[in-house]
Amino acid sequence: MSTTVFVPRDSAALSLGAERVADAIMSEAARRKADLKLVRNGSRGMFRFEPLVEVATARGRIAYGPVTPADVASLFDAGFLSGGAHRLGLGPTEEIGYLKRQERLTFARVGIVDPISLDDYLGHGGYRGLARALELPAEKIVDEVMASGLRGRGGAGFPAGIKWRTTQQASAARKYVVCNADEGDSGTFSDRMIMEGDPFVLIEGMTIAAVCAGAQQGYIYLRSEYPHAARVLDQAMAAAYRRGYLGRKVAGSAHTFDLEVRVGAGAYVCGEETAMLESLEGKRGMVRFKPPVPAIAGLFGQPTIVNNVVSFATVPIILERGGEFYKEYGMGRSRGTMPIQLAGNVKYPGLIEKAFGVTLRELVYDWGGGTFSGRPVRAVQVGGPLGAYFPADMLDVPMDYEAMAAKKGIVGHGGIVVFDDTVNLARQARWAFEFCAIESCGKCTPCRIGSTRGAEVLDRLANRNERAAALGLLRDLCDTMTYGSLCALGGLTPLPVLSALRHFPEDFGLSADDVAWTG
Amino acid sequence: MDSARNGFDPQAVEAIATRLRAQPGALMLILREVQDRLGWVPAASVPIIAQVLNLSRAEVHGVVTFYHDFRHEPPGRNVVRLCQAESCQAMGAVTLAEHAGRRLGIGLGETTPDREFTLEAVYCLGNCGCSPAMLLNGEPHGRLTPERLDELLAECRENRR
Repeated sequence: MSTTVFVPRDSAALSLGAERVADAIMSEAARRKADLKLVRNGSRGMFRFEPLVEVATARGRIAYGPVTPADVASLFDAGFLSGGAHRLGLGPTEEIGYLKRQERLTFARVGIVDPISLDDYLGHGGYRGLARALELPAEKIVDEVMASGLRGRGGAGFPAGIKWRTTQQASAARKYVVCNADEGDSGTFSDRMIMEGDPFVLIEGMTIAAVCAGAQQGYIYLRSEYPHAARVLDQAMAAAYRRGYLGRKVAGSAHTFDLEVRVGAGAYVCGEETAMLESLEGKRGMVRFKPPVPAIAGLFGQPTIVNNVVSFATVPIILERGGEFYKEYGMGRSRGTMPIQLAGNVKYPGLIEKAFGVTLRELVYDWGGGTFSGRPVRAVQVGGPLGAYFPADMLDVPMDYEAMAAKKGIVGHGGIVVFDDTVNLARQARWAFEFCAIESCGKCTPCRIGSTRGAEVLDRLANRNERAAALGLLRDLCDTMTYGSLCALGGLTPLPVLSALRHFPEDFGLSADDVAWTG
Repeated sequence: MDSARNGFDPQAVEAIATRLRAQPGALMLILREVQDRLGWVPAASVPIIAQVLNLSRAEVHGVVTFYHDFRHEPPGRNVVRLCQAESCQAMGAVTLAEHAGRRLGIGLGETTPDREFTLEAVYCLGNCGCSPAMLLNGEPHGRLTPERLDELLAECRENRR
C-alpha cells in the first residue's frame, strides 16, 4: 500500500524551497522504488518548520521540518515513510504546541486536505454548511449568520448578518456576491492561506451567500500579487463546476451560481469595497460615496454582498454547526475566532487561529517567541499599515474590536508585525504618510493632499525652530484626515502616525509633554 | 522570444480587446491580459482598446495609469519585485533593496541598460511570515539575505547563457 506524503504548495512554503523538496522526495522514491503518493497540501502556518513534510502513518500524521533537498535521502534512510525518528522529526503534527493551542474553525482543513481535491473536501466535512443552507428559507440563513456574531474579517468588523439581510431583502432582477480577496495589508496572509490551502471553503461560503441573497453571479477579486492562489482557485472552481457545485442547479438545488476570479492590478485602495467594485466594473479604483451601501447598490448598481475571504470561509461552519456554536467562542462583542497572522521580526511567525480575547503578549511571546533577531521587542503594529504601533509594555491588550479601539488601535485583518529595538518610529510614521500618498485613489482631498503634506510636516519636526508650528499643523492635519476622508485609507493613516508620536516621542526628538495632545 | 513578448503588435491587442469586449468590466480584463502577455501596456494600445470598447482614450488612459501593475515600458528579462512593506521592513527589506540597487546599478522602478533586470518595489506579497520576501519572475522567495539575493540574481544571469 502506498504511503501518503504531504509537501505544501502554499506560497510561503514554496518561497522556502518546497518545490525542490517535493522533487527530491519523488526522485528519491523512484530510485528506491518506494511506493508513495505525494499530496501538495496547504501550509499548517508554522513557517519556522517550512518546508514541513508530513507522512500519514497509523499513528496519524508525523511531521518533519524544515526539510531541504539535502535532507531527503537521510529521511528515507530513517524510515520516515513509517514515521521513523530523524533529527528533523517533530512528532505527530497535531501535537505540536503551536498548533495544539489554537482553535481552528475557519482553518480546520488548511494544511490537512489536498486543496484541489473535492473528494478530500467532502471527506473532511465539506459542503455540509451548504446542505443545511439549502434546507432553510433565506431569512433563516441570515438568522444563523446574525446569531454567530460574525463581523467582517477584512478589517472594518461590520456585522456580516446585517449586510446579508439587506441584500437578501432588496428586490432586484440581478444580485451579486463579491469576495474581496485584495488582501493588501502588510503582515497579513490568512486570505492567501485559505485560497491556497482550502479554496472550496471559500467557494462554499460564497455559494451559501448566493443562495441566501438569490444571486446568480459571484466574483472573487483577487490581488495580482497572489499568482499561486489564482492557480489553486482555478483548479478548485473547475472541479466544483464539473461536479455540480457551481453553475446550474448547484448541489442538485434549483439555484444557479456562477463564479469567476478577477485579478486586480496592484492598487491597495481596491481593498476598500467600493473601490474594488469600481475596479471590477473595469474602471479606476476610485472610492464611492456611501450611501448607497453596496448591499443595496453595489456591483453594476445591483444589490451585492461583499465580504472578505476569511468571512466567507467562516460561513460554512456557522451553517453546519449553527450560529450559537460559533458565538460560544470569543469575548464581548467580538464573537468567534480570528485567524491572526504573526509576522515581521518574530522568531516563530505563523497563522494562529484563536478565539477573540487572546492578548498581544501571548501572541508575540508565547507563540512568537520574541524577536527573530534576539533583540528586545520595541513596537508591535496591529492591523496592517493603517494600524497602531503598540510599545512593548502595552501588549496586554486582547484581540477584541472594542478593547483595541479603547487603546486607539484596530484589529483590522488580524496582522501583527513585530519590530525590535532598532526600529525608528519617526521613520515608520513618515512611511505611513508616504504609503498613503502612493496608494491614495485621489478622490478626496484629505487623503490625496494630506498624505504628502503629512510627510513634509514630519520632516519639519526635525527642525527645532519650526517644531511648535509643525506640531500644530500635524494635529490639525490628522484631525482633517481622520474625520474628513472618504474611506479608511485616508481616515486611518493618522493612526500609525499618532500612535508612534504618543508612545515613542523620543524618536521624533520630542518629549511626552510635546505629544500630550495625542491622548 | 522576449523581443516578441515585449514588442507591440496592434493586431494582437485588438484581438484581445475584441474577444473580451462583451465581458462585464471588460476594460480591466483586457488591460490585465495585455499586461500579462506583453509585460507592459504600450501607449499605442490605448486608442485601439478605446475604439473597440467605444470609450474615450482619456478613459482608457485613466485606468491604465491608475494601477501600479500596468507598466508603461517593457520590463527587463527578469523582474525582481522586492517587498518594501512593514513586515519586510522589520526584517531589513529597505537595506536589501539598497543592496539590490547597488548590485544592479539601478533604483526601484528601473531597468538595467542591458535589459536583464527590472527592480520593483511591491507592498506586500502576503509572505510576511518569511520576510523579507520577493517575487522573482513570479516565483516567491522568502527569508532573503543579501547573499541569497546575489545567488538568485547570478542564477538568472546563468540561465541567460
